[in-house]
Amino acid sequence: MVNTRISTSGLNLWFGKNHVLQDVNLSVHEKKVTAMIGPSGCGKSTLLRCFNRMNDLIPETRIEGTIMLGEQDIYAPKADVTRIRAKVGMVFQKPNPFPKSIFNNVAYGLVIQGKYSKCDLHGRVEESLKAAWLWDEVKDRLHSSAMSLSGGQQQRLCIARALANSPEVLLLDEPTSALDPQSTAKIEELCLELKKSVSILIVTHNIAQAGRISDYTAFMYLGQMVEFGKTDQVFTVPNDKRTEEYLTGVFG
Amino acid sequence: MKSFKEKSFQSITYITSLFTIVILMGIIYSLFREGLPLFKTVSVKEFLFTQNWYPTHSEPEFGAWALIAGSFYVTLGALLIGVPLGLGSAIFVSEVASPKLKEIAKPVIELLAGIPSVVYGLFGMAFLAPLIRQWFNLNTGLNVFSASVILGVMIVPIIASMSEDALSNVPKSIREAALALGSTKVECIFRAVIPSAKSGIIGSILLGFGRAIGETMVVLMVAGGSAQIPKGIFSSVRPMTSTIAAEMGETVMGDLHYQSLFALAMVLFIITFVTNLITELVFLKRSFR
Repeated sequence: MVNTRISTSGLNLWFGKNHVLQDVNLSVHEKKVTAMIGPSGCGKSTLLRCFNRMNDLIPETRIEGTIMLGEQDIYAPKADVTRIRAKVGMVFQKPNPFPKSIFNNVAYGLVIQGKYSKCDLHGRVEESLKAAWLWDEVKDRLHSSAMSLSGGQQQRLCIARALANSPEVLLLDEPTSALDPQSTAKIEELCLELKKSVSILIVTHNIAQAGRISDYTAFMYLGQMVEFGKTDQVFTVPNDKRTEEYLTGVFG
Repeated sequence: MKSFKEKSFQSITYITSLFTIVILMGIIYSLFREGLPLFKTVSVKEFLFTQNWYPTHSEPEFGAWALIAGSFYVTLGALLIGVPLGLGSAIFVSEVASPKLKEIAKPVIELLAGIPSVVYGLFGMAFLAPLIRQWFNLNTGLNVFSASVILGVMIVPIIASMSEDALSNVPKSIREAALALGSTKVECIFRAVIPSAKSGIIGSILLGFGRAIGETMVVLMVAGGSAQIPKGIFSSVRPMTSTIAAEMGETVMGDLHYQSLFALAMVLFIITFVTNLITELVFLKRSFR
């Protein structure tokens, strides 16, 4: 029996008059990696950004249907957006550390929540950096600028920064598309480790990557969820012809 | 033929930029040539750190401390008023205002920079000073406070405009990172956006400082003009700039008084030169990162 961490039902989303997501139903299982694949502009990043309400920032966004995060309806009128975002970590396509020290980057989320003493803060930062496999590389220079790290290290710093909030879900929006192969491999391995403690949703353009790390795969096309299932199944015996064509490179 | 055109254009721009540098060097040279001889008669220490400025007495004294302090008092006052107003407007225009309002607010704030300083001075003399005299029950409204208010308003557009640019240039990805970590809008602005725009903001404040300390007309008209160490914010003062402007006409070329005014100009020049240097360094550091 797998538990559901996030589920959407009848999710529709418009940017102005543009119907970007059409009746999307998806269940993200707890402590699994779910990959979202599909050609550019199919709405997979938009869907990902629904889960921490980042689409709220785009004017003229209209949304219908429900998204449940555990027991909570995150688009309920009374939902506390900042609380939801603290519970749902997000890592972006390009590493975007703050121009602050490594320590202060990781501590950011904890500091704004303001419920940690200085001592706890240190422990929590160390834990998060260890969880993101960055600790050994930076433990001697926690107070130097995050800008001095390499691209791959910066991306793992962003993961550590998200993990510091102890999120229930980690959203990764093409996290390796700006990285070299070695850094990419490291982050993929890291995902497999992290799924022991957190549910991961990853948007990727790299089909092989989805195959390597995900337990479930969702294929999206033109705003619709065409296929969703166990990765083995989607990759070997897809139900929909479009999925097969995309996976075999007929289009995409 | 084309290459001749190209070459002559290049040499013209070269000559014009060279000309500017030569003029600058000339000004610096004459400043020091006229000012330095003062220190044969008056020691540097006496000039900088004593406060009796009696250049026209039969036994003249050239202690510029009160004038230097006067400059710093009004400049500090101007920053106390101009920095919060300027930063506040910058944050509003860059982060809070709707795109439509931003289009109106930014040019309006920058319009303040286009007002000639003598107009600011007139306004201060005719409207602000009498008000302040009435409100605080003073003998005169021409004092540190009034001058600071007017100077502060003058530097608002410099600080607001440059800081706004710095804030607007903070990449969207930084804002997204902050919001995705659960920041409220205010936390995002103060803990992520402003720290990222720090060097630009500091640069704008230094530029505002340079503008305020070098301003002459406003302080000449509004600061009151008595050469004393101010006892409070309602004392009348005479900054270095207005001293030079007011007294230069009374001097005989080459006499001690004349030299002492050039020495004051040297002090001013060094102060603004150093602030500009720091500003450049702050920006240089940013562009190298």
